[in-house]
Amino acid sequence: MAEIELRQVAKKFGDLWAVKPMDLTIYDGEFVALLGPSGCGKTTTLRMISGLEAVTEGRIFINGKDVTWLSASQRDIAFVFQFFALYPQMTVRQNIAFPLESQGMKRAEINQRVAEVVKLLEIGHLLQRKPPALSGGDKQRVALARSLVRKPACFLMDEPLGALDAEFREVMRAEIKRLHLAQHATTVYVTHDQVEAMAMGDRIVVMSAAEVQQIGTPAQVYHDPANLFVANFIGSPGMNLVPGKYVGDEVHLRGGSVYPTPPAWRPTLAARWQRDDVIVGFRPEAAQVSETGAIRGMVYASDLHGSYTMLHVSLNGELRPNGNGEDTIVHIRARRDVHYVIGSLVRFDLNPEMVRFFDPESEKAIAKEVRG
Amino acid sequence: MASTRVEHAFSRVGPGFAVVESVRVDQITPRARLGITARLILSIIIAFVMLIPVLWMAMTAFKARPDATASPPKVIFVPSLDGFIGLFTNRTQLSAAALAEQQQRTDLNFWERQTLARGMRILGPSKFVSQLSNSLIIAISSTILAVTLGLLSAYAFSRYDIPGKRDWLFFILSTRMLPAVVVTIPIFLMYRAVGLYDTHVGMILLYTVFNLSFSVWLLKGFIDEIPIEYEEAALVDGYSRLQAFRKIVLPQCVTGIAATAVFCLIFAWNEYAFALMLTSEKARTAPPAIPANLGIGGIEWHVIAAGSMLFLIPVVIVTFALRQYLLRGVTFGAIRQ
Repeated sequence: MAEIELRQVAKKFGDLWAVKPMDLTIYDGEFVALLGPSGCGKTTTLRMISGLEAVTEGRIFINGKDVTWLSASQRDIAFVFQFFALYPQMTVRQNIAFPLESQGMKRAEINQRVAEVVKLLEIGHLLQRKPPALSGGDKQRVALARSLVRKPACFLMDEPLGALDAEFREVMRAEIKRLHLAQHATTVYVTHDQVEAMAMGDRIVVMSAAEVQQIGTPAQVYHDPANLFVANFIGSPGMNLVPGKYVGDEVHLRGGSVYPTPPAWRPTLAARWQRDDVIVGFRPEAAQVSETGAIRGMVYASDLHGSYTMLHVSLNGELRPNGNGEDTIVHIRARRDVHYVIGSLVRFDLNPEMVRFFDPESEKAIAKEVRG
Repeated sequence: MASTRVEHAFSRVGPGFAVVESVRVDQITPRARLGITARLILSIIIAFVMLIPVLWMAMTAFKARPDATASPPKVIFVPSLDGFIGLFTNRTQLSAAALAEQQQRTDLNFWERQTLARGMRILGPSKFVSQLSNSLIIAISSTILAVTLGLLSAYAFSRYDIPGKRDWLFFILSTRMLPAVVVTIPIFLMYRAVGLYDTHVGMILLYTVFNLSFSVWLLKGFIDEIPIEYEEAALVDGYSRLQAFRKIVLPQCVTGIAATAVFCLIFAWNEYAFALMLTSEKARTAPPAIPANLGIGGIEWHVIAAGSMLFLIPVVIVTFALRQYLLRGVTFGAIRQ
């Protein structure tokens, strides 16, 4: 298996940056998800690792070997495409055997290898069929089998579940994860679906506008987003981000509520001298509805999600968005068994462990200083 | 597809019948059935009208000379091979004495006796066979060349960022914009200067160039439709670009290649103007040769018809053999698969 290293890798199409210079090391056996909205450069990054796209700048190493200018066929990688790219004129068996034939492997060994992956993916009954006759899930199984059969140094997957129906997606997600754990193969997985990235990735690389926004474990990008983009992009809904002014040890939130900052944050926030504007960020589950809560607002909408109720709360007490960008609607999780009437007043506190602060100008998270 | 629809209209469908295949109600109402029947009859009539010249040619080919020129034209006649004998042989009209002498002979074969019945003697084979084989050599070679070169350049245009790609494509297309007649004289002069006049190579070259623009454009359309992921998958699977092209792209554009080949073949086979100007003896093809029969002792319509019919047969065979690709070829790009 393999370690992949990108050093200042960048791609420009004409004058347009598709990927700005980025550093990334993917360790042996790691499952890294490249996550971002469409057009953020995640697929281009993957294609540069595969060798299907040449880099504009930087170097790529696989297992310490510089592969920057090697062709895709020389890099010993497997690529799983979103639309499977199964050769339509060949049967499933021929498709799976195809990568082995390029190496001039003996027929008996090819048969044995094919039998192995076929067993692993449980697709024995499909071998004589042709790809157009398969369901989406089966197509992706065959595509995975074709990538697995060669025992490559690493797997590169470009939205492999994107073309599947929702029900297959769940199944195949589990299957890819199972295969990864069984093979312990280095995998780079491109997706725009943050649920997929969170569920599957050992680490997530969040990208936006051709730039890496954050690299971290799913827990890190979820709980400690590096900037406003990540905070908003991860989670559904994303993190609540409320602008306010820092006065004394309190934040005067837009909409009028006054939020006393957690004591652990006070030295950090006080140290930002000359700056009093701040953005308070918290996840819906950080809110605790209580009679005496410091933050108040009006119930704007309430969605029952089964195990909990998602409340949309308007902090400036208006039921109508006022259209001047001053609306402050936050999402908070509330108990499922309490009925909240739209328009009623609600108060809540924030779990001090789960509150984050952001600098509105740089849009970066403010790091909490730990003083000994 | 259309045929199954028509079958629906005439099969027993409607209330009270078991459903074999689902059918839209408006396709089985009496009015719709009447409409479908009317359209069917109309198509048959149109097809028949279209085929009359071909039918007439085939009939004339098997007529004797007096029948072929009879007025009013004869629809019912005694079949004769006169036309074909005229096509494949050179003959001479015999004097009365020579005729009588010939009639005494007993060693004449079937063809010679047929000719003698018209008062003529076969002198030797005509050039038609060699002209037909010239046509075959030139048309097939130029088609193979045009499709091969066209396929390679279409692939390059489809897959690579070639500087000035659109201009090049337009330039290639523009080579077909001048009518052949406009360029024949300059090409005639050039060919005479370089010694390509009346040679097979010269004609093959010319038809290849003429078909190339068509072949590049048509094949580019087909290759564009093949998702690039297939080749990328092959590249990742350890194949070179050329291997990927051969193993993945080629099998998938067989349809396009077949369609392009038929169109190129038909053009090269039927071409008249260049062949008339640029060939005389050695490389003369059939199209300018067939009407040349007009000159020999009056209009020999039955000979011309026989020549035209033989000339038609190879194209008909090829087109028939590749008909499934042709339909796809002429509608390519209209529907995404």
